[in-house]
Amino acid sequence: MTATMINRDPLARPAGRLEPSRRGTGRDAGPFVYVLLCLLLLFALGPFVIFVFSALKSQSELATSPLSFPHEIHWSNFVSAWQQANMGAGLVNSVIVVAGTVAGVCVIAGCAAYAMARLNLPGANTYITYLLVTGSVPTQMFLVPLFYLWTRLNLYDSLFGLIVIYWGLFSPFATLLLRSFMLAIPRELDEAARIDGAGEIRLLFRVILPLSAPGFLTIALVSALSAYNEFLIAVTFIQNGALLPVSTTFFGFQEGYTQNYPLIGAAGLIMALPMLLLFLALQRRFIDGVSSSGLAGI
Amino acid sequence: MSATIAPARAPSRRRHRPARRRALIAWAFMLPLIAINALVVLGPSVSALYFSLTDWSGLGSARWIGLDNYLELASDPEFLGAVWHNILWTAFFLVVPMAMGLFGAFALTRIRRFRLLFRVAYFVPYIMATVVTAAVWKNLLSPQLGIGKVLGINALGSTSLALPAVAIVNNWAWWGFLVVVFLAAMQDVNPNLYEAAALDGAGAFGQFWHITLPSIRPTFMFLGLMTIIWSFLSFDYVYILTQGGPAGATDVLSTLLYRDAFTSLRAGYASAIGVVMAAISGIVVLTYLVVRKRKGWAI
Repeated sequence: MTATMINRDPLARPAGRLEPSRRGTGRDAGPFVYVLLCLLLLFALGPFVIFVFSALKSQSELATSPLSFPHEIHWSNFVSAWQQANMGAGLVNSVIVVAGTVAGVCVIAGCAAYAMARLNLPGANTYITYLLVTGSVPTQMFLVPLFYLWTRLNLYDSLFGLIVIYWGLFSPFATLLLRSFMLAIPRELDEAARIDGAGEIRLLFRVILPLSAPGFLTIALVSALSAYNEFLIAVTFIQNGALLPVSTTFFGFQEGYTQNYPLIGAAGLIMALPMLLLFLALQRRFIDGVSSSGLAGI
Repeated sequence: MSATIAPARAPSRRRHRPARRRALIAWAFMLPLIAINALVVLGPSVSALYFSLTDWSGLGSARWIGLDNYLELASDPEFLGAVWHNILWTAFFLVVPMAMGLFGAFALTRIRRFRLLFRVAYFVPYIMATVVTAAVWKNLLSPQLGIGKVLGINALGSTSLALPAVAIVNNWAWWGFLVVVFLAAMQDVNPNLYEAAALDGAGAFGQFWHITLPSIRPTFMFLGLMTIIWSFLSFDYVYILTQGGPAGATDVLSTLLYRDAFTSLRAGYASAIGVVMAAISGIVVLTYLVVRKRKGWAI
């Protein structure tokens, strides 16, 4: 279950309200609570740590002592995994897909949110309902016709075709989130700019875009994470081995001839590392963005 | 009358024209979103409704067969088994991750130190790609390595253990999200309420039950609703870890649909499964809306 792209009208909850505040409920709980929290911590990180250990072991060491810290560290696993799993090509394809998805979603959702929030779009509420409804149609329902439509349009087995699907899937949520950012910008700023003779385009680029930059950063992060990690669409629409994004490249390696778990671990870490670093660098915006995508509007 | 309208018309028309132009511009800004959405989501969804009423193989032409696909689904043991697995899956996700999320979030509101650290650590599995999460756990559950070896079981290869094992793997990547969302909701609860409850002698559990839970009910209800919907759409972990096996023990609606569409070449039948999945989501949402209206909830 991944929840990154669920639509709710983000009217009410301005992003950024999810930040943990210092005001809590005051008194500190006893050590027992810390023990339980640490157990949850063990559940969250333990399997991943064991995975990291296994990526650094030799196959024979993994077989004899699977859970322990590596006796001898085999950095060469990463080199072998990189080559054997073809991770370089996968990462390049993923970078293309992520960049195309993020750029497209920002343009599409940016335009639509601007129209809904600032241009007095007639029937804006109808559009919101439309986005909520089409955004909650399960992908599985339209997967099969979409597949055959894409083969007819020659978009099957092309990175561009994959990117277009991601635009369609991720833009509705991004629009609703951006709209709430743009609604928060004071109207007086528009009026002032209009009196100074600014047209719609200039207004957009000079006033609205700079002020809604945090919103764009949020939707860019959420779309990037979703596009990079996405599996169902990627495995369905890309067959050509040279075009596989990293998720299906790694899946193919995992399923393939090899049962070499250290190499699978190394390849998995190579795949996870870019998003992990991005997450740790921008964790607050990540958490705000992803969690508001789950319940914005409540 | 006409005399009073006539002079008023000229200025109002002058104001009207820019308004209409602005509406057109607004429309132009909406157009890319509507066009992409129609191409990717709306068009294929509508044609799925049509194809579900045909015997389309995915290639060539489709023959209208009315409700035959749906009638066949009603007596297809594979389909009924998949529905049952989805129901079990829903029950698991309504209980285990919800409890972990509520507990984790509530405990985090009760501590002063390391709150951010715990929150980030709990969230790390959520940002992992499903393929990586699957690899992490395949390694752990393998009967030759890891926990599988220690316990002497092959969880993913057993008809009775495979479904719970896949659910646990999915939960690993999921519950941290619930902690973060519940925590955000709990931090909006008025601290005075807790003080009042404490004065009335309520312990930690009493405060949770009487103050926290009612206060975060909108978030709780929404996540419960989403849990049900997502549970019926679940695909990645089952497909990656077991492909529905062993012997159909982990087949869910999504994997069945996928097999019918792309292996058995029964695109019409697969479309019918997709329509049923959408209908289940729709019914869940409608039920919720009706209940909400009856009870007068705000959300």
